[in-house]
Amino acid sequence: MADPVLEVRGLCVDYGLGAEAVRAVTDADLVLRRGEVLGIAGESGSGKSTLAYALTRLLRAPGVITGGDVVFHSRSAETGEVTEVDLLAADGHQLRRYRWSEIAVVFQSAMHALNPVARVENQLTDVLRVHRPEMSAEQRRARAVEMLRMVGINADRLRSYPHELSGGMRQRVMIAMALILQPQIVIMDEPTTALDVVTQREILEELMALRDKLGFAVIFITHDLSLLIELADSIAIMYAGRIVERARAAELFHAPRHPYSLGLLSSFPSLHGERVRMEGIPGSPPSLAAMPDGCKFHPRCPYAMDRCRTQEPPLTRLTDDGGVGGEGGDRVTACWLHDGRQDPPEPLGRAFPLLASPPAPRPGDLSRSTS
Amino acid sequence: MTAESAESESAEPVGGTEPAEAAESAERAEHSKSAESAERAEPTEPASPSKVVHGPRRPGIPALEARGLVKHFPMHSGIGRGQVVHAVEDISMVLPAGTVTAVVGESGSGKSTLARLLTGLIKPTGGQVLLDGEPVGTGARARRKYTSSVHLVLQDPFSSLNSVHTVRYHLERPLKLHTKLGRAERAERMRQLLERVSLTPAQDYLDKYPHELSGGQRQRVAIARGLAVGPRVLLADEPVSMLDVSIRLGVLNLLDDLRSGENLATMYVTHDIASARYLADCIVVMYAGQVVESGPATQITDNPAHPYTQLLLSAAPDPARAETPVLRGRGAPPSLVNPPAGCRFHPRCPFAMKVCAVRSPEPRPVGEDHVSACWLHASELDDDQREPLSATATGPAIGTATAATVAAQAESADGATDAN
Repeated sequence: MADPVLEVRGLCVDYGLGAEAVRAVTDADLVLRRGEVLGIAGESGSGKSTLAYALTRLLRAPGVITGGDVVFHSRSAETGEVTEVDLLAADGHQLRRYRWSEIAVVFQSAMHALNPVARVENQLTDVLRVHRPEMSAEQRRARAVEMLRMVGINADRLRSYPHELSGGMRQRVMIAMALILQPQIVIMDEPTTALDVVTQREILEELMALRDKLGFAVIFITHDLSLLIELADSIAIMYAGRIVERARAAELFHAPRHPYSLGLLSSFPSLHGERVRMEGIPGSPPSLAAMPDGCKFHPRCPYAMDRCRTQEPPLTRLTDDGGVGGEGGDRVTACWLHDGRQDPPEPLGRAFPLLASPPAPRPGDLSRSTS
Repeated sequence: MTAESAESESAEPVGGTEPAEAAESAERAEHSKSAESAERAEPTEPASPSKVVHGPRRPGIPALEARGLVKHFPMHSGIGRGQVVHAVEDISMVLPAGTVTAVVGESGSGKSTLARLLTGLIKPTGGQVLLDGEPVGTGARARRKYTSSVHLVLQDPFSSLNSVHTVRYHLERPLKLHTKLGRAERAERMRQLLERVSLTPAQDYLDKYPHELSGGQRQRVAIARGLAVGPRVLLADEPVSMLDVSIRLGVLNLLDDLRSGENLATMYVTHDIASARYLADCIVVMYAGQVVESGPATQITDNPAHPYTQLLLSAAPDPARAETPVLRGRGAPPSLVNPPAGCRFHPRCPFAMKVCAVRSPEPRPVGEDHVSACWLHASELDDDQREPLSATATGPAIGTATAATVAAQAESADGATDAN
């Protein structure tokens, strides 16, 4: 397994101060490995974007980081030497060194992230002017052309303004801009949500090809779990500010362990097999200001037990409980169903790899047959 | 005239990039001329709508029927001044009661324009709309009768509800306009409406303002408003694309219940082919203003016949897919000011043949109730017409040829870089 490039431990983020504060992210633990795609999925308001902005220190007031560590293992491109940087303790000067040159971000709305009155060329070379002051104007321009070509845009687009580009091209310019300094980590916040499916697929294909070539790691934030399963190496599911399950993508799809993961999976209609009525997840996520006691998911959980209403389950490693495959080693979930006192219900206890041959059945426990 | 200029523009760049094929492109141009005279009348002539009617097959008179609908938007300013946008071209479809018809396509395929044509919000350039088999009149009385039978649910519940009015106002207004119910009856009806869309207890919601509701609740209010006067046709334009994942399914299931419970004829416009498969009886696939394929929902997704449907399916996220998806075609939809000659999909089509660049394919049956407009299903073509386009012009050349015909904003680099 590759070395970690970013480690997040016990990260907590509040919105507001004092008595008015609400906790948006609670005890987030994540490990991003070199060259890996880590997906973060959840409903809106689950804290996934807040988490990403907190670990890049881009969070704006009233967001406050109230605890935890974010350690960036920076590897020098020349010497290969790894230095540990505590991003939460870093001062402005240090942050300036790592932001964009080592950790870049692709935002959701490229139309809003790009400057509407500056040409693409200026926006791309601006990054170089700040972070690579030793480069000459020609070098900067040559680099900008190289990056655009890499994401599949002709050099003549350098003279364009953002409004002259299609949505897909704007998002490609954003990706070029994020990669221009060859960062070690790229954080993508719903980068393709506003695009058509075909354009989305093209951009993701290009991104994965670039990842193979340049070796950066990606944190990919989206609500589209079906896309994430195809794309990501490992996935963290967030609910109400907490990570409730972390697993390899295939494991999560074929053998989810948390009822919320199962519910999310059964919210996406399948393109194959029998058409069955799916119920998704009943209810809606709790407000941050009025969190339920115990497990935050229990009011919507079809398997809730008495214990779930009072005690919050910790994020625990699944290794030796019967029925649950121990081969993952890396799998964690926060659910009392897996504490070993009872057998988890069938849909949450499936073994992985599956004994049945693919195509695997959709997680369909919440469904009943229809027309 | 427009068709002619589109013809010459699209034919020339191919010849220009491949000098060796100049003779062939000349021959193609000739082909196109002869084909053109036959075709020129077809797309704009409402008197001869195409024979193929899309939509679910049910006995009896469909609740809503469109015959040869055409919509061309004139351009009043800018570069294309005086030209028209060919938004919808000769579409005939039926929406029988108790069915859901999904209209699927990329943005710019004309699917929303089709929905608006059916509401009567915009006037068609050609063709007509029939409600219960009767042509829709133009007078105020006929218009009122029509609006009480056909309702539209919009994509964005955040802007389709008026933020200064309560839920009560939104639901009461159509009742006041279209019915003669008294105050108490209206209140009872509103309660029933909210219960039907699972907003219970209704009292809690009636006096709320839109900003006090979540996205899913707002969309339910929008649907309740659509149902207020008991319409028989519901036109839902991307009703779930702005909603959160867990709420989407609830709204889709609501539409499903209304199909059987209210015997509604529903048109579900979407770009998400998986949700179309989940909900719809019949899927109609649109590309660049035309219907390229239609048929029973599962048949369309399990055995797509048209290359564009195959492209959409290959691009759709599918976690059950074991191997890496191979995108079947690239690039963006064409400009509808000067749509490509022949089949409008041919510049992106991996199977494009010579004939595709010249003649527009007619819809042909490829299965039970399943039609596809593609030359690949035609048996009458000769070998020359079947010659693949990509043999005469290789990958990048196709990309540049496309770029020449589409508007300046099109993703010109796609074809070129992807081939590298």
